[in-house]
Parts: sequence; structure tokens; C-alpha cells
Amino acid sequence: MVELNKSLFEYCLRLGDSSLIAGQRLAEWCGHGPILEEDIAMTNMSLDLIGQSRTFLTYAGEIEGKGRTEDDLAYLRDTMEFRNVLLVEQPNGDFAVTMMKQFFFSAYLFLLYKELSKSKDTTIAAIAAKSLKEVTYHLRHTSQWILRLGDGTEESNQRTQNAVNDLWMYTGDLFDMDAVDAELIKAGIACDLNKIKQEWQAMITEILTKAKLTIPAPDVWMMKGSRTGKHTEYLGYILAEMQTLQREYPGAKW
Amino acid sequence: MEENKNSTQWDLWEVFTQKRTGAPHEHAGSVHAPDKEMALQNARDVYSRRGEAINLWVVPSAAIVANQPEDVGNFFEPSNDKIYRHPQFYKLPKGVELE
Repeated sequence: MVELNKSLFEYCLRLGDSSLIAGQRLAEWCGHGPILEEDIAMTNMSLDLIGQSRTFLTYAGEIEGKGRTEDDLAYLRDTMEFRNVLLVEQPNGDFAVTMMKQFFFSAYLFLLYKELSKSKDTTIAAIAAKSLKEVTYHLRHTSQWILRLGDGTEESNQRTQNAVNDLWMYTGDLFDMDAVDAELIKAGIACDLNKIKQEWQAMITEILTKAKLTIPAPDVWMMKGSRTGKHTEYLGYILAEMQTLQREYPGAKW
Repeated sequence: MEENKNSTQWDLWEVFTQKRTGAPHEHAGSVHAPDKEMALQNARDVYSRRGEAINLWVVPSAAIVANQPEDVGNFFEPSNDKIYRHPQFYKLPKGVELE
């Protein structure tokens, strides 16, 4: 039971941290969106993701049993302790990069939450079922943008293709599994990522093909490491900005 | 509406929201969007993000026909001095209550 709780804590951090960092990245667009409507759309998605993160991190704190709250976990951990997937910490780049990143991640969460809504852990199942509605919309919004950007002008097609090429190497990390996954899959709690990988590739292929974009070769080198806290250089900067207030004024309230 | 060929703005769409089943769709405001799917999504994001709607309509603003301000006189004034257009000259049967 102790071992299982350790794995469950780790698993909830992976889910919570991925949504948190994705939400933080999208929030960077607040006030900078290409049009008012899209500015609001991106911050809406950001708030959805941060909401998901809050529930997963709160649950992680309960499982750990050391009295850590969602805020303690979000604001008082360092880079190596974060378990978000590498994809979501990548820079926003231009609008095409942001949409592609969010499209890849939304398709992933859509399939992941669909599976997790059947989890034997009732808390995870409930969070996943609620979050599934949110990411279903994110997937609709981002895939519609990919279609328009890819099949738009010569420039928008080129920028969107560059986004695919630059982000592709971080998509392997989404499906990376270790002993934590193995243990929780056996207990009927976690999702076997091998099962959703094919479906994810099919979804991505369908939209990218329709958008007149080329998918990189499947054997391209993939960067991994999020499961053990090995991140790209970008996460540190995100945390520096996100955590600065709690670090400078611990326990500050307003 | 005259189309400005040099405009870099997307088309304007009027948004109508329905607050609950059976209620009328009411004008909420407008959004810019390149096509109807994005207009619907933008309307969703701008006008229903705080749970204000259960249904949305978007209509191209150019499709709305409106009277001109100078029409006000001949459109609306003639009805102002004809109180007999209002159904207030009938004796109500007993038992009928006025609200």
C-alpha cells in the first residue's frame, strides 16, 4: 500500500504538472493574442488546465499525507521535482507553434482522460471525466486552427510546418512509461500509454494531412526525461516567473 | 453595409445567447471571425465563458437589415398618438385578473 501510494503520488504529479505548465504557457498570451477573441480563447484554455492541475495536485498532497497543499506543490518545488511532459514547457514561439503544441497536447489529454475516466481510483476517474469535456473543446478549437493555418497562405503553411518539425521530437516523451505506470496499470488505476499512442498518431495524421502538412518520419530521435524530472532548459524560466511571489514572500495571501 | 476591400479585419458576426431552455435568444454582442465555425467558437469563448448560455446563434452582421436613423419619423411616430391600438377599451369579464 505504501509503495502503491508512492506511485500514485508520482502519477498525480505527472498529470497535475503537465496541465499546470501548459496552463502557465498559455497564460503568457494574455493581453498578447492576435485578436481579442483568440486572446480570450487561449486564457479560457489556460484556466481550464490550471483548474485540472489544482484538483490533481490537491489529490497528490492528500495521498502523500505530509500536509502539502496544491499551492505548496505548485510554488515550492524546483525544476527536478516537476513531472510535466517536455512538450508543454517548450516556448510559445509564434501563434502556429502555440497552436500546434496545444493541439498535440489536447489530443493526448483527450485520449488519456477518456481512459482515466474508467480508472479504479474514483478520484482520478472523476477528475478525468470532468476534464474530458474541457479538453474536447480544446481539441476542437486547436484542430480547427491547424486546418486553417496549414491550408492557409504560403507563409502560414510554412510556419505551421516549422512548428510540427520543431515540436515533433518532444512527442515521444508523452508516451514514455516506467515502473510507476506498470504498477498502477496492474492496479487498474493508470492508463497504458501504448494503447492510446496509435490512436493519437491517427488523430494527428488525419488533421495534419488535411491541413497539407507533412508528418516527420516515425523513427526521428525523441527526447525523453520528464518522468524522472530531466527537463529542457525552459522549465526553469517558467518556474522562476510562476513562483517568484511565493518564493519572495512565503505564505503571502491577498 | 459597405464592404471595405482594404480591411484586414475578419467579418463581423452578431452573437445571440439563450440562457435556459425555452428562453428567447438574446443579442449578446459581436465577434470577429473568418468563417462560421470560428465565429461559433469565438462566441463561445467570449460570451459563454461564465456559464451565461446553453445555446448560441451567430449571424453575419451583414445579413442583418436595419432601418436608417432618418426612418424613425415615418416608421415609429405614427403609432405614438393612437391609444386605441392598445387593448384597453374593453370591459373585462368578472373573474379575469389584470396583472
